[in-house]
This record gives sequence, structure tokens and C-alpha cells, in this order.
Amino acid sequence: MTRSTLYMLALAGGMFAMAPWIINTAPNEATMGLVYKIYFFHMPSAWMFLIAAIVAGVASARFLFFRKATADGWAMAAAELTVLFGAFTLVSGPLWARRAWGVWWQWDARLTSSLLLFMIFAAYLLLRRFGGPGSDKLGAGLALFGMANVPFIYVSVNYWRTIHPPTSVVPTLPIEMGIPLWYCVAAFTLLFIVLLRLRARLEHQRARVEALYLAEES
Amino acid sequence: MRTMGAPTPRLKPGATWLLVSLFLIGPAIVSAQPQPPKDFVAVDETLPGEQIPALPLIAGAYGFIWVVLLGYVWSIGRRLQRVEGELADLESRRK
Repeated sequence: MTRSTLYMLALAGGMFAMAPWIINTAPNEATMGLVYKIYFFHMPSAWMFLIAAIVAGVASARFLFFRKATADGWAMAAAELTVLFGAFTLVSGPLWARRAWGVWWQWDARLTSSLLLFMIFAAYLLLRRFGGPGSDKLGAGLALFGMANVPFIYVSVNYWRTIHPPTSVVPTLPIEMGIPLWYCVAAFTLLFIVLLRLRARLEHQRARVEALYLAEES
Repeated sequence: MRTMGAPTPRLKPGATWLLVSLFLIGPAIVSAQPQPPKDFVAVDETLPGEQIPALPLIAGAYGFIWVVLLGYVWSIGRRLQRVEGELADLESRRK
């Protein structure tokens, strides 16, 4: 682990430790009450979920079309983070919905397409784990397909009938709600960068180990 | 030679009326669904008469994220340590 990664991890940890106090300063919401405070972790998780899918897709495209071997490591790292942040989004969302909507789940465009993205990347990880030779290229194709889903998820709340809040909520937030939200977005972004670097390093080191074993055999 | 096919199935008058009624009533049912909130409005006090307590849900959401994150960071650290140990071992063997 490099020193800069260690500092970034410590900073992200500190920001997460401070987050409950910062979130506590936000007022309650008029119709949802206290439960809307799940939003401060739910929304940044959802953003990282989509960004991770884009990173996995772009890295997969580099691997497939430009034969960049290291790009596969970045794709694998981002795919794992897509599943991680996707799990945060898909668990925190229903907990919020239970109180705000009265139901755990709605089969609307936003929720269903998010679940689909999560399942595509879960399938990617299973394919890479158990797919055998050639699974790297198959996985890259799957990640590209997953990335194509991201714009639909983002605009789904604006174009389809849904009870999920639209994207216009974020820019219209009152300042006392906006500060905790952007603090959490910064914490999650920092954490995402650190985890991506660490996970990609793991994948690159694995590739080196594999290359050394092959050199030993030949 | 021309052969006669099976007669085309026709809808019964009752079924036709049912389909036409659904077609006409459908949009009204869909438009009666609750509208999503356009913006968030801040208030100072906790709302009275909350049917479902919010705290266990909030604790569940934050707790899940915290526990899984810590577990994931620990897992990456462990996997990285193992691979780097193996790499150092292989490199020293080659020298």
C-alpha cells in the first residue's frame, strides 16, 4: 500500500467517523420526518454505484479494443465496487421507502433498472470467478452492456412515472440539508478512489504472480 | 390446390367490452397514482404520529453500510497482504 493511499484511507475513515455529527445538524423533512436522513448515505452510494459501473465499462472497452492488459485489473476492481455500492443503495433505499412510501419495494423504472445493473455486475464477478479461460473478454462485454444501463437509470425518474424523488431534488435542497449531503458525497468519493486503487493494485499484483509462475514453468 | 385453414378465433362480445373498458379506464387509474415529491422542505420538529419508527430503519441503513465497508476494507487488506507475500517469495526465488 502506497503512502498516499494510506493517507487517503485515513482521511476517508475520519470523514466517515465525523459523518453522524454532520448529518445530525440537518433538519427533519416536512413529509418524511427523520427517516429521510438515510438519504445522506443512500444518494452518495447510488452515485458511486453508477460511477463504478462507468469506470468498469470504460476500462473494459480499453481492454477489449486497445488490448490494454492493465485495464482488465481496473475493470475487475470497478466491477467489485459496483456490486459493493449497489448493495448499499439497494439495502438503504428500501429501508427509507418502508417509512416514506409504506412499502419496501416498488417495481418502478428507477428501482428495477438499478437492480438490473447490480445483477449484471454480480454476474460479471461470478463469470470472472468461475468462467475459466476467455472469461476476461466475455466479462468485458458484459461490463460494457452494464455501463449502457447507467444513463437510463439516471434519467428514469424524470421520464417515467415513479414515486422515487426526481434528480431536481439535489440542486433545490435547502443549505442546511445541502452541507451534510455534499460532505457525505466527498467522503464517499474519497473512499471510492481509495478502494478502487487498492483493489486494482491487488489485481495487478495477482497478474504479476501469475506471470512469474508461468515464467518458472517454461 | 387451395386448402381451407382453421377459422379465425373471434372474441366474445363480453370480452370485447371488457377490453374496451380497460382501455378507457386504464389511463384514469394510472393518473390516480401518487405523484413524486418535487423538492424537500425543511422543518424544525419531528412529525407527530409517525406510524413506523424511523430510528431502527436509519440505524439499519447506516449500520449495514458501516459493517460491510469495514469488512470489505479488511478483506482487501488481507488479500493484498497474501498476494504481495507470494510475489516477494517468487521474486526472491528467481534471484
